[in-house]
Amino acid sequence: MTTKHPSAERQHFDEMLLGMDDVRAPYAEYQKWFSQEDPARLTKKSKEAEAFFRRTGITFNVYGQAAAQERLIPFDLVPRIIANREWTKLSKGIEQRVRAINAFLHDIYHRQEILRAGIVPVELISRNVAFLPQMIGFTPPGNVYTHIVGTDIVRTGEDDFFVLEDNARTPSGVSYMLENRETMLHMFPELFSQIKVQPVSDYPKNLRRSLAACAPKGCAGKPTVAILTPGIHNSAYFEHSFLADHMGVELVEGHDLRVVDGHIAMRTTEGYKVIDVLYRRVDDEYLDPLNFKPESMLGVPGIMDVYRAGNITIANAPGTGIADDKAIYSYMPDIIAFYTGEKAILNNVQTWRCSEQDSLKYVLENLADLVVKEVHGSGGYGMLVGPAASKRELADFAAKLSSNPSNYIAQPTLSLSTVPIFKKKELAPRHVDLRPFALVSPNDMRITPGGLTRVALKAGSLVVNSSQGGGTKDTWVLED
Amino acid sequence: MLGKTAGGLYWMFRFLERSENTARLVEAGFRIALTRSSDPVSEWKSVVTTAGVRTSYDKKHDSYSAANVVDFLLRDPSNPSSVISAIENARLNARMVRIALTTEVWEAVNESWMGLKIALKKPVKETELPAILGEIRRNNALVRGALHGTMMRNDNYDFTQIGTALERADNTARIIDVKYFTLLPTASFVGSALDNVQWETILRSVSAHRSFRWLYNDEKSPASVAEFLILDPRFPRSLSYCSKSLGANLNFLAKDYGTRMPCHDLIDAQRDKLRRHTIETIFEEGLHQFINTFIRENNAIGQQIEQDYRFIS
Repeated sequence: MTTKHPSAERQHFDEMLLGMDDVRAPYAEYQKWFSQEDPARLTKKSKEAEAFFRRTGITFNVYGQAAAQERLIPFDLVPRIIANREWTKLSKGIEQRVRAINAFLHDIYHRQEILRAGIVPVELISRNVAFLPQMIGFTPPGNVYTHIVGTDIVRTGEDDFFVLEDNARTPSGVSYMLENRETMLHMFPELFSQIKVQPVSDYPKNLRRSLAACAPKGCAGKPTVAILTPGIHNSAYFEHSFLADHMGVELVEGHDLRVVDGHIAMRTTEGYKVIDVLYRRVDDEYLDPLNFKPESMLGVPGIMDVYRAGNITIANAPGTGIADDKAIYSYMPDIIAFYTGEKAILNNVQTWRCSEQDSLKYVLENLADLVVKEVHGSGGYGMLVGPAASKRELADFAAKLSSNPSNYIAQPTLSLSTVPIFKKKELAPRHVDLRPFALVSPNDMRITPGGLTRVALKAGSLVVNSSQGGGTKDTWVLED
Repeated sequence: MLGKTAGGLYWMFRFLERSENTARLVEAGFRIALTRSSDPVSEWKSVVTTAGVRTSYDKKHDSYSAANVVDFLLRDPSNPSSVISAIENARLNARMVRIALTTEVWEAVNESWMGLKIALKKPVKETELPAILGEIRRNNALVRGALHGTMMRNDNYDFTQIGTALERADNTARIIDVKYFTLLPTASFVGSALDNVQWETILRSVSAHRSFRWLYNDEKSPASVAEFLILDPRFPRSLSYCSKSLGANLNFLAKDYGTRMPCHDLIDAQRDKLRRHTIETIFEEGLHQFINTFIRENNAIGQQIEQDYRFIS
């Protein structure tokens, strides 16, 4: 089978094909295999994968779409391949960033040295809804704030990697990383004997271990870990139950829990049983109706008091959102330098904070070339991709932006790298990003080699979010 | 295990059992309406009554035509006992307790749901009915097979069996309750073609017509039909069998957890009563009353189990 490379897409860096027959080294072995494959067989495999996903129920729920309540995230069978050398740099950069974020969080909820030093402006913290006064002066067990981080990384050239977002609250997508690999192993076992790919399957075991290592001091014996889900209607419910299943821990909802003798306990068939570590997939504001949103039905009344008494570990810690806030993001290079004394290994994307008058002026004048995001937004909701927007959309957005500038940041439209997808019996380049997952415990940090590669399925599109029609790929980090 | 998980497993299997029972009722009704010269309208009416959905049916339809009844029982989402509602609920519970199920069991339920969603999308034509009813039964057999072949015999398994036994006992009891008058020895039409039809409907709706024929050489009498459905410990849908299965699984829980709960006393009492009775003493006490009491007590046991094992807070 021949591989074509439409010249129209040439301005972007393609991670597989630099030119018609110029395959990048990490893809050399794969390309050899691919060129000998029968396209009809691959098409059939691709359909098999979809049927497999449906049967096993690997679906996600889309908000605001009653008819399509359970949707599949499209899976593409061409892997995204990362050389060992590239991964070493990426993982070092992620580790540095995650350490800095934890140091920043501890500081911001204690002495606030970074504010005193004038590096981060005070009002960015004091007026921020992600800053939780309940966390002031409190140190979480093991001094770990972000037990799980999913850093969004994009690439624009051979050596140009940028961090787009530090997801330090409750990053999702790891179940797709694991299932995509399972699917590939199942569909193309021969590939894995030819090409040495670093395994990802230890993630659930490592997650359980690293959570257990953060158990409260008073916990005697083996810590009991549980996952807190908002319930089966949540968009990531599949992932919550997947992780609970693979970790061998209970999957609980708010109404399964209550405070018993100063601890959080779950209602079992034999009575209430104490939980030591709660991996919550519920946002801060819904966590405790007594301390945050009183109308929340998803949380546990009084859990913050149990937490502050040191009787449960909540992962990630409440209030970590202050670190992945998109306005704080623009200060990350300074934050890294302040706490580690090192220069940031991974680049930040240039960011205009619309709260600043000059920046706002620039952003409004150049709206058509920029990507504008809500400071607290996620999932691709409420963002503007300037180059893809109509005149009308630009005007509407400009109005929203002017009425509440501090709610937005803007970034240049990056020329994201592409990786081919298999479409209509051939390869077609599509933009991708990468979300590796880091696990933090008091003594070490583990970053699973690879992560989740999201891919925009529409030609030319830069939006990779699954809620906006993006797909996923298996991500390989090579051994050698 | 979480109380919620126990409840999810219990309801998942109650709903699966219900979908199968409803399908079997439709099958029996369809068969009788086709082959006998009886009154099809009253036959379909009693099918609706047996399914326990008379009130909601009457609100929606004003006649008991085959098409209306079949549609209501198989694919009406507003009918909580319709096959599609039951399978939808079974899957919802399965998703909730997915981590307590093996992959095989989960996939069997999920595939059953996916298949029936398509099969029951449009009204079912008479010519397609046997195939669809067959699919429903086959799907349930797959789930049950996956359950028996792959699940650990622990409390998870016990709750699936408890749900199945309770639902099944309730179903058999309701079939007897609706048709009890045809089982009374005093019925004036004994031996007539009409009560043969009635008995056959009853036996077919619990898939017992063949085993019954073997056991009783097809000598149907009201007493033998009633005895078979209530007291025969070998027939897997008899009240006696369901009660035994329920008791056994509750005992496994008591042994596992090291504690007897109030529900254990209730099931012991029910089993004692079934053991003490013969079909003659049941007729003496009054069949209708006996069955009514059974249904009430069976429900009470279900509620006690929910409470004892903390299905909800």
